[in-house]
Amino acid sequence: MQNWLKGLVAGALALATPALAAYPERNITVVVPFAAGGATDVIARIYADHMSRTLGQQLVVENQTGAGGTIAATRVSKAAPDGYTLLMGNLGTQAASVGLYPNLAYDPRSDFAPIMNAAATPMLVAAKKDLPVKDFREFVAYVKANGAKLNYGTGGVGATSHLTCLFLDTLLDVKVQHVPFRGSGPALNALLAGQIDYVCDQTVGIVPQIQAGQVKGLVAAVKTRIPVIPDVPTSEEQGLPQFQASGWNALFAPKGTPPEIVEKLNAAARAALKDETVRKRLLDIGAELPDEAGQTPAALGELVRSEVEKWVPVIKKAGVTAN
Amino acid sequence: MTEMLANLGLGFSTVWKIAWMTDPLMGMAWPVPINLLLCFIGCLVGTLIGVLPGVGPIATIAMLLPITFGLDPIGALIMLAGIYYGAQYGGSTTAILVNIPGEASSVVTTLDGHEMARQGRAGIALGIAAIGSFFAGTVATVIIAALGAPLTKLALVFGPAEYFSLMVMGLVFAVVLARGSILRAIAMIVLGILLSTVGTDLETGQERMTFGLPFLSDGIDFAVLAMGLFGIAEILRNLDHTETRDVVRQAIGRLLPNKQDFKQSALPILRGTAIGGALGILPGNGAVLGPFAAYTVEKRIAKDPRRFGRGAIEGVAGPEAANNAGAQTSFIPLLTLGIPPNAVMALMVGAMTIHGIVPGPQVMTKNPNLFWGMIASMWVGNLMLLIINLPLVGLWVRLLKVPYRLMFPAILMFCCIGIYSINSLQTDVMWIGIFGVIGYALIKFGFEPAPLLLGFVLGKLMEENLRRALIISRGDMMTFLDRPISLGLLVVAALLLIIALLPTIRKSRDEVFVE
Repeated sequence: MQNWLKGLVAGALALATPALAAYPERNITVVVPFAAGGATDVIARIYADHMSRTLGQQLVVENQTGAGGTIAATRVSKAAPDGYTLLMGNLGTQAASVGLYPNLAYDPRSDFAPIMNAAATPMLVAAKKDLPVKDFREFVAYVKANGAKLNYGTGGVGATSHLTCLFLDTLLDVKVQHVPFRGSGPALNALLAGQIDYVCDQTVGIVPQIQAGQVKGLVAAVKTRIPVIPDVPTSEEQGLPQFQASGWNALFAPKGTPPEIVEKLNAAARAALKDETVRKRLLDIGAELPDEAGQTPAALGELVRSEVEKWVPVIKKAGVTAN
Repeated sequence: MTEMLANLGLGFSTVWKIAWMTDPLMGMAWPVPINLLLCFIGCLVGTLIGVLPGVGPIATIAMLLPITFGLDPIGALIMLAGIYYGAQYGGSTTAILVNIPGEASSVVTTLDGHEMARQGRAGIALGIAAIGSFFAGTVATVIIAALGAPLTKLALVFGPAEYFSLMVMGLVFAVVLARGSILRAIAMIVLGILLSTVGTDLETGQERMTFGLPFLSDGIDFAVLAMGLFGIAEILRNLDHTETRDVVRQAIGRLLPNKQDFKQSALPILRGTAIGGALGILPGNGAVLGPFAAYTVEKRIAKDPRRFGRGAIEGVAGPEAANNAGAQTSFIPLLTLGIPPNAVMALMVGAMTIHGIVPGPQVMTKNPNLFWGMIASMWVGNLMLLIINLPLVGLWVRLLKVPYRLMFPAILMFCCIGIYSINSLQTDVMWIGIFGVIGYALIKFGFEPAPLLLGFVLGKLMEENLRRALIISRGDMMTFLDRPISLGLLVVAALLLIIALLPTIRKSRDEVFVE
């Protein structure tokens, strides 16, 4: 009788304790703070597809848009830290938001448990076809001389394309007129038509236009040349090494998520990044993938801190707020 | 010409591609026309989600995206495109039967289409919408094939100044289009424009009229406003007097229009195709204007404009043709420039990049079988839609036989699910309720919601382009008159306004429009 009872208790305990080890036992929601079809969404879906197979549970991508992605980030920061609600945050929601939104309801440095840096899309400067400059050095001289007459287009106030142009303004000590559009697509359209003079944007949309010779690719704000456009030099080669900018996307869980769960998610994300098809899909959209050292949760936490320190002063100096 | 035929030949051979598939039961290889099958699935799913009020193509394509990972990119895109234009087709079905425009482009179909349904001519309205759409789709396919590449140059000529003038013209259309008192119509348009200014200012990033509420910071969503003002308000109106609903229930009507109907619709379909096709090419969602413009033109040139808004078949045929032609030609900026003109096309860009095809000017030369395959699939898809829809019209019409007390909870539920699926915001669900009550009050006081919605759609575009044009010209207003296309559009708008106001001056408009 006693043995029977002991067995029952032991059995119940056995069922109860390895609950963590059994994670995940139901679908995991990955909140994407932007509309479906954009770079962050595409990256999230590529990862979610592979991680679902590794973890044996579906990772369901949910697009929750609004207020530059901060509505979704706020929601995840306040979600139960059980590993079932994740965020595919980016430079905007996890760093620039600190400078852009004075009433931000979360601190990206302390309210999240970083999982892994997923992929970055390098930024580059592209000018309209008939801007009278041959390369980035000439462009810098031209902007310094004619800054007041020029216009740059962006995907909106506080967008990565805007921040990068502001950063360039700061480095060159000029103030070029900002023309905001609703998303990068319309800005690119205006560049093609020559209504604006240049854009600082992610590789995703602009690379095919450079390849087709419709716009001039002047400089890539990264350390090494981008494989899909090997003819575009880096900022270092063009004498402005401080000009480094990339729109990174990374996976986060709410603060307080058990380390075992973070470890498990990180392992699944790493496995995805080792997969040839996943790598090819990401590289095809011009993304930069983190190296081995950049794939740890600690590396992502460090990235968030350094990016907040880098962008907040740029935003403050330009006097931009989104609120 | 021969080149175009060769290209179309390549396209059709892509659509007819046969894949050998091994069936799991007998292990035998069967020839499967895989792309044709995917096109069919896309059209069917598209029609279905178009018919279900509130479930739109954006949410559906986003959900189906991962499923297409395993497919060949051409097949995947053919299916996703099928969902898009299938939904446009299905959207007109809800507009006619339950008075809910699924997309901005089917708003005008509610005006006469739903009126026809009330008069027991639902079948004919659905039939002429399907036939008009098929004709427009066929013509638009040929336009894309023949003129796709050269037409993109036209699209690039449109800068902020031209867009502003185009939107001014659009708002004048809205005044002309209005039924009843012109003053009330203008009031509704202005209210719509005011609503469109809620949210974060594009230029400065400051919030306007949001009362500090985070869910208002991106402004009011079009889908929320449309579903509230039309969907929920219509439910409230039907519940307040059920007998109108019975009228619709009694008579189902024939499906095929008769000779007289065809005679009345032939020219409107032709004109609608031309107008919708031309506006669809413009990036920046010019396609929204197509059905409005077509409706305005039909009403203007009609011998008896009084029939409009009371079930005139021309008011369904013209806009429906324009809607489908625009849906089709809006692929031109996407396929030739790689620039999406609206949210659904933006999603298609995402789908293309996921499949390793980077949209842009080089798609036509680098992936000719994708480019021409998609174009050919559009024509095949339109034919399929006609074949799927004409027999199914009977089924949709039968929906009307379901007692309203059973219908409205279902519609309400679909509206709530649908609106939540767009942004995953609970507040959106709350807002359709609020706008529903407002819409009901407006109807009760004799104000039409359609001009409000048009003011809302165009107001945002108009303000943004006005300010953008002025930033680029450094504040010089003459930019709108210096640019020839902009000037031309403003002149047309001025002329239209004068024509619209003339009957009022002659005091005859009031007689014409008195209920």
